Amino acid sequence: MLQIRDLTKRFNDVVAVDGLSFSIARGEIVGILGANGAGKTTTLQMILGLIRPTSGRIEIFGRDHEQHRIEILRRMNFSSVGVNLPMNLTVSENLWIFAKLYGVKDAWRRLDALLNLMEIHHLRHAITGSLSSGEVSRVNLCKALLNRPELLLLDEPTASLDPDIADKVRKILRRVQQEDGVAILYTSHNMRDIEEICDRVLFLHDGHLRAEGTPAQVIEQFRTHNLEEVFIRIARSGEVVKAGGSR
Amino acid sequence: MTLQRVWVMVLRYVFVYRRSPIRLIEVLFWPTMSLLVWGFMTAFIQRSTEGSLPGFITFLIGAMICWDMLFRAQQGVSLSFLEDIWARNLLNIFCAPVRLSEYVLATFLFGLLRVGLTLAFLCVLAWLLYHFNFFALGVALIPFIANLLMLGLTIGIITIAIVLRYGHGAEPFAWALPFLLQPFSAVFYPVSVLPGAMQKVAWAIPCTYVFEGMREVIGAGSISWDNLAWAAGLNIIYLMGAMGLLLHVFKVARDRGLLGKWGMQ
Repeated sequence: MLQIRDLTKRFNDVVAVDGLSFSIARGEIVGILGANGAGKTTTLQMILGLIRPTSGRIEIFGRDHEQHRIEILRRMNFSSVGVNLPMNLTVSENLWIFAKLYGVKDAWRRLDALLNLMEIHHLRHAITGSLSSGEVSRVNLCKALLNRPELLLLDEPTASLDPDIADKVRKILRRVQQEDGVAILYTSHNMRDIEEICDRVLFLHDGHLRAEGTPAQVIEQFRTHNLEEVFIRIARSGEVVKAGGSR
Repeated sequence: MTLQRVWVMVLRYVFVYRRSPIRLIEVLFWPTMSLLVWGFMTAFIQRSTEGSLPGFITFLIGAMICWDMLFRAQQGVSLSFLEDIWARNLLNIFCAPVRLSEYVLATFLFGLLRVGLTLAFLCVLAWLLYHFNFFALGVALIPFIANLLMLGLTIGIITIAIVLRYGHGAEPFAWALPFLLQPFSAVFYPVSVLPGAMQKVAWAIPCTYVFEGMREVIGAGSISWDNLAWAAGLNIIYLMGAMGLLLHVFKVARDRGLLGKWGMQ
């Protein structure tokens, strides 16, 4: 589904991502974690085609991203906490427009189904700018699922949600993953979120991959109680552990 | 290029304006103010010179309306882009299966809608207030207007390139760039009025030929096809240059990670 090999990005003298390699299989949810400046966002942006890698290769659906950008973007989608839909349009107008841009057939039916799934169908005709931040996040997730993506990039999707809604959203994502086989690359600073939803996690530090494995494996390898402690250890010392390996 | 995607993006801008009528100030208010000021000033000058300047109203009001069309066409492109930045929606577009050329075409088509609305409103107002018939210029209007719209598109694309490259701080260029050309473009006076060095700059700007040509139509009643050919030739060169610049800036923005600053940090 997604294969990244020796991916490097330099901004002048700063190496944001350094020789990163990993892959994601169909139907897998992978968390990409790390402190601020670790290289997560740069990696996500390279996968989305917003940043051109200095070297290395990104293959999505078996095709080179640089050469098949439009074809690839049609089959993937994303949601980021910092990106919004136009606030003065209604929820349904916004979603209809993106459904059409992604070439979704029977856009209205798809839109209705997603609004029902996110439990915000009653907001269909509401102006997007009048919604709470949690409701906006769910509208953004609807947009991200409009084209039944095979690869979904989620940048802190539960950042502005209360624990109840965040739990519902995680369950919805799990359901979508199981029913449609969508692969999800997920970033969050909420380690409970990650432990609960991710099949595998990648810890980045200074642009390098420092640890990789299932959440349980990584916790065990670092001999900690949870991912938050792993996060802090890696952020402070950059310790290295590979899946199934030792420090 | 997929026309459906272009059409959907045009509709998106229409929805934005429909939901926010205050944006029509940009389309109707400023052109109306300009028309009132230029119209009454023209009437005053004509009265002061006791009508010894024939066609003066046609010169000035016609020039004002034509300039406004160029400006609105440019604004259609650059403000549509800025709307996406202000709404933090730009990355949703750039991460959707949308080509840069489709995006620019959509902003231009929406710009044309804005120009059409402004033109219709100004023509009615100019007729009611000053008995000025913009369409008295006849068929010559069509190539003149086409050239002005093309230059508006070119300046709009350059504006997008500048803002993409230099960020929020460069947004005032969306309003400033057309006015950088105005003194050289012989909008309200002939090129011969300009000092020698400025005349050379003036003849490198496509709209100079349009305004000179328009004055010739009003004064002598004949169309200067040479002027139109020069305007069209320069416009094609500049439009291609502007697209080349935008593609180059887009590449630089991807290399330097500038696109992510519009939402993903």
